[in-house]
Amino acid sequence: MLTVRNLESGYGRLRVLKNISLHVRPGEIVAIIGANGAGKTTLVHVVAGLLASWRGELLFAGADITRTPAEAMAGLGCVLVPEGRQVFASMSVEENLLLGGTALRKSGGSSAIKEEMERQYARFPVLQERRSQLAGTLSGGEQQMLAMARALMARPRLVMMDEPSTGLAPLIVREIFSIIAQLRAEGSTVLLIEQNARAALEIADRGYVLETGKIIVQGKATELLANNDVQRAYLGREQIG
Amino acid sequence: MSPELFFQYLVAGITYGAVYAVVAIGFNIIYNSTGIINFAQGEFVMLGGMIAITFAQWLPLFWAIAAAVAATMLIGALMELCCIRRLKEPGILQMLIITIGISILLREAALHIWGEGIHSLPYFYGDAITAWTFGPVRLSPQVAWVLLACTLMVLGLQLFFNRSPLGREMRACAVNRTAALLCGVKARNMVTLSFVLSAGMGAVAGCMISPITYTQYDSGAALALKGFTAAIIGGLGNSMAAVAAGLLLGILEAFSITLVPLAFQDAVSVSLLLFILFIKPHGLFGSSEAARLKAF
Repeated sequence: MLTVRNLESGYGRLRVLKNISLHVRPGEIVAIIGANGAGKTTLVHVVAGLLASWRGELLFAGADITRTPAEAMAGLGCVLVPEGRQVFASMSVEENLLLGGTALRKSGGSSAIKEEMERQYARFPVLQERRSQLAGTLSGGEQQMLAMARALMARPRLVMMDEPSTGLAPLIVREIFSIIAQLRAEGSTVLLIEQNARAALEIADRGYVLETGKIIVQGKATELLANNDVQRAYLGREQIG
Repeated sequence: MSPELFFQYLVAGITYGAVYAVVAIGFNIIYNSTGIINFAQGEFVMLGGMIAITFAQWLPLFWAIAAAVAATMLIGALMELCCIRRLKEPGILQMLIITIGISILLREAALHIWGEGIHSLPYFYGDAITAWTFGPVRLSPQVAWVLLACTLMVLGLQLFFNRSPLGREMRACAVNRTAALLCGVKARNMVTLSFVLSAGMGAVAGCMISPITYTQYDSGAALALKGFTAAIIGGLGNSMAAVAAGLLLGILEAFSITLVPLAFQDAVSVSLLLFILFIKPHGLFGSSEAARLKAF
């Protein structure tokens, strides 16, 4: 589904990503974990087209997307739920969803939008209750759901999520993660960026550990959860013995 | 003051105020999508009038105005496509200076094409002394045209921004450009569209007001200043507030001649502008929080 080869990128003269290679297969949940400043957000920004790559290749569903601009990605079926939700605060919940369907409107017309919106309301009933409320007045968890619903409006094949659990109560985090697991059950592919490594690896199939712009460990999620180094550095548990 | 005079001033104030409001909305549209003040906004008003006057020699008045508005929109689009879009990393200051440059360019071009003389469109109905009498008030039909056109434009824009997908996409870009891009909104095209809309609004205002105030190569600057004042009084970025502020400014200006000589009329709006900037820089209707929410 997504292949990243020898990717390098950064800001100004600062190189943040160093020779990153990874892949996401259809139907998988792949988690990228790592500390603050490891380059996780930079990585998805390059894939999403918000930041230019310096070197390397990006392939999505067989097509080269290395130079594809951000606004074309949703139409290709690759969406990003950005860090910090980034909902359109002064617009209503419904308008946020309609905007999420911008790419879908071009391919499927307004009937497809309506159909997809009903599907998102069924997935997130709280959004239906608040459909005419301004997005900025929603709680953090509701905004996260709105950001996810808005991204799903494009009927994506790959959903990238950047830190969906940040700043949310544990109960809400569990709800968000169960929705992510449900997405896979529906056949979607998810690339999950998380600082909350345990929660991410528990629902993921595979994982990559990013440290100062390099992938230092990769493997099955269950292997990573059992890996001593990963446990020490990211799961906050010292293995005794 | 006699009631006749009072109503006469009021009508005059509302007429000018409506034009200021339309110019102010033009400022707001571009401000919302780019974050800059378009200094060539007044030139759009002047070009609308001038081009319509030229076309009116060969075409019926309505078509001359329509063609002038279309031509001005094209100029607005070219301005964005040729200059603003080519910037690799557009900074506020760069864009601002480009609009200043273009405003000078357009004004000088107008001087070469139409000369220094004063031109004007004919009255749309009747002539300069035709008037409808309502009790104490004598109303020029042109005033009705101005008010009608301005009201229709404001309502049309509100519909466009709040009901149509394209308008929604423009608002989305103003609220959060990154999120709009991620949704698949072509943000660059929205900027072009904002220049087109703004140029069109300016041109319509320029045509409507031309029979009353005449059009000269440099008449855009004065209107731009008034429109800018209205935009600031209302709080930059908020169009409905700009309408209220434009009308307020027009009425204040009209009544000011009962207190100060006519020659000081322009000083009224400039002092008001400074006063607002000192006392309430986010505008009469805005707070610092509201100022961050761009609402067209």
